Amino acid sequence: MISFVLIRLLRAVLTVLLVMTFAFFVLRLSGDPALIMLGPDAPTEAVAAFRAAWGLDDPLWRQYLSYLHGIVTLDFGVSMRDRSPALDLVLERIPATLALTIPALILKVAIGIPAGVYAALHRQSIADRGVILLSVMGFTLPSFVLGLLLVLVFAVQLGWFPSGGQDSWRHAVLPVLTLSIGGIGILARFSRSAMIEVLGQPYIRTALAKGVSWRDVVWKHALPNASVPIVTIIGFMIGSLVAGAVVVESIFSWPGVGRLLIVSVANRDLAVVQAILMVIAATMVLANLCVDIAYGLLDPRLRARTTAA
Amino acid sequence: MTLVRIRDLRVAFDGVPVLHGINLDISAGETVGLVGESGCGKSVTWLAALGLLPAKARITGTVETAGSDLVSGGRSVLETIRGGRIAMIFQDPSSALNPVRRVGQQIAEALRLHRGLRGAAARAEAISLLDRVGIPDAARRLDLYPHEFSGGQCQRVMIAMALAGQPDLLIADEPTTALDATIQAQILALLTEVQRETGMAMVFISHDLGAVGAVCDRVAVMYAGRIVEEARREPLFAAPRHPYTRGLFDAIPRLDGPRSRLVPIPGTVPDPKNTPAGCAFSPRCARATSLCASERPTLLPQSDGRALACFHPVPAATLVSREGVFA
Ligand SMILES: Nc1ncnc2c1ncn2[C@@H]1O[C@H](COP(=O)(O)OP(=O)(O)O)[C@@H](O)[C@H]1O
Ligand SMILES: [Mg+2]
Repeated sequence: MISFVLIRLLRAVLTVLLVMTFAFFVLRLSGDPALIMLGPDAPTEAVAAFRAAWGLDDPLWRQYLSYLHGIVTLDFGVSMRDRSPALDLVLERIPATLALTIPALILKVAIGIPAGVYAALHRQSIADRGVILLSVMGFTLPSFVLGLLLVLVFAVQLGWFPSGGQDSWRHAVLPVLTLSIGGIGILARFSRSAMIEVLGQPYIRTALAKGVSWRDVVWKHALPNASVPIVTIIGFMIGSLVAGAVVVESIFSWPGVGRLLIVSVANRDLAVVQAILMVIAATMVLANLCVDIAYGLLDPRLRARTTAA
Repeated sequence: MTLVRIRDLRVAFDGVPVLHGINLDISAGETVGLVGESGCGKSVTWLAALGLLPAKARITGTVETAGSDLVSGGRSVLETIRGGRIAMIFQDPSSALNPVRRVGQQIAEALRLHRGLRGAAARAEAISLLDRVGIPDAARRLDLYPHEFSGGQCQRVMIAMALAGQPDLLIADEPTTALDATIQAQILALLTEVQRETGMAMVFISHDLGAVGAVCDRVAVMYAGRIVEEARREPLFAAPRHPYTRGLFDAIPRLDGPRSRLVPIPGTVPDPKNTPAGCAFSPRCARATSLCASERPTLLPQSDGRALACFHPVPAATLVSREGVFA
C-alpha cells in the first residue's frame, strides 16, 4: 500500500509539472503582457521598462527555468498588478470559493445519489421518469443560463435572495443552487445506471436465492458494488472544488478564485494566472489520488491490480 | 413425502410465453434431472418458482412447499423458503459470488439467516463448511475474495453457502457447465456425496445426459417450455420414447466402439415469439405427421410409468444399449 501511494504521488507531481509547462507556453504565446497591462498606446520606453522588470526579454528557456524553480519553491513571483505575492492572492481567495463549492458538493451527494438509487429501485415508475427528466435538464442546462434563470425568478421576481455580493449566507443560496443542480443530475443518472447494472448481476440473484432480504440485498450487496463508478464521479467533483465556480462566481460577483482567474487572464497577470493553475492542477491531481485509494478500499480486485502495478 | 409441488407453472416475458404449464413434483431425498437444449425453460422454471425472475416476468400457477404457495406468497414467504428450505446454485460460479465481499462473510450471512449463528460460531461453521466442500486451508481462505478462487473452487464455495442453510432441496442449475471436464467430475462427485450425507433432494439441471445419468433417479425432458417426457432413469435411458429425448441421446458424442456416431438434432430450438403450432418439436422431428403440425400432444402417463407427450413415439421395442452413457 505504501509503495502504491508513493508511486501515485510521484505520478501526481509529474502531472502537475506537465500541466504547468503547458500553461507556461500557452500563456507566453498568446499575447504580450506588457502591451495588455499598459495598453496599446503606452510609450515604448514604458513597455521596455515593464518587460525588463518582469524578465520578459530573457530567452524563453531561461524564463522557463526560473518559472520551474518558482513552482518547485512555491514562489510564483508577485502580481503584476498589485505587487503582492501571487500565491498569497490566490490562497486568500480559496475560502470564498470553497464556501460555495463545498455546500454544493454536499447537496450533489446528498440529493443526487439517493435520487438515483431510488429511481433504479423503482424503474419505470413516475419517480424514475421524473429523476431522468430532471437529471437531463440539470446537466444540459449551461450554468450561466441556469444562474441567470435563478436570478430572474428568485432575486428579481420574488426578491427572496440577493443576486450578487457576499455579505450573508443568503447571498450564497443562489450560487450554491446554480452550482449543485447540474451535479445532482449527473450523480443521479450515474447512481441510477450503476445500480441498475449491479442489480442485474448474477451475485444479486445469488444473494436473493440464499434468503437475504431485499433491503439487505440493496444495502449490503448492490450499493458497495455500485459505489465504484459513483466514487469516480465524486472524485471529478472534488477535483473541481477550486476551479468549478468560475462562471458562477462571475454571474454572482462572488470574490473567489474563479473571478480572480478571469480578471488575471484578462490582464495577462502571468504570476497570478500561473499560481491559480498550479492550485487547480494540484487539487485535481490530489482528488485523483484520493479516488485511486478509494477504489482500492472499495473493490478488492482493483486493490490487487494497483498494488501489483 | 412431496417437498415441492409445481402445478401449471407459466411464465411470460413482455407478453411472450416461454413456459407453458409445468407440472412437477419433487419428493424428499430424490434427485430429479431436468434436461433439454439451451433455451427450453429449465432455468426459468426454478427461477420462477423461487421468485428470482426480473419484475417484467408474468408468473401464474402454483409452487407449493411447506404449506405455502411461492407464486402468490410474496416476498416474506419467499425469503423464508429461499436458502433455508430450497437453495440454488448457478451455472457461472465466478460471477455468482459478490466480488467485493469475502467468501467467509458470504457464507456467514447464510448461517446467520438460517441458523442464527454469528461471530466466532459462524466463522467456525463457515470454516467447517469450506472444509466439507474440499477447499484446502479453509481457515485462511475464508478471508479471501471470490476473484482469488478458481471457477471450480467458486462452485465449491457456492455449494458450501447452499449447505449453510441446511436445505431440503438443492436446485443445481448447470453447476458444471462453465467448468472444465476434470473439475466437472469433481463437482458432480461432491454433489452426490453431500447429498448422501445430508439426505437433501436435488434438482439437477443440465443439457448433459451423461451427467444426468450419473446422478439422477428421475428425469424430466423439457422442450420449448414444456415437459415432453418424464420417467425414472433406467427406463428412460434404456428406451427413450420421445423423438426429442431420442435425439438428445443420439447427439451425445461417444467414444466407445465403431458404431458410435454423432447425430445432432437438425434445426434449432424455436424462438418463443413464434413457436410452431401443434407439437413444438414437429418441424425438427423425423417421425412427425400432419397431425403433429396441427395438434399439440399432451403429457400422458404411459403403462410403464413414464409420462410422454407424443403422437408417434419411438416404439418401445427398439431397445438400444445405453450403458456407455452411465459412465
Ligand atoms: N430475463 C429474461 N427475459 C426475457 N426472456 C428470458 C429471460 N430469461 C429467460 N428468457 C427466455 O426464456 C426461455 C427459457 O430460458 P431458460 O429457462 O434460461 O432456458 P434454459 O433451458 O437454457 O435454462 C428462453 O427463450 C429465454 O430466451
Ligand atoms: Mg439455463
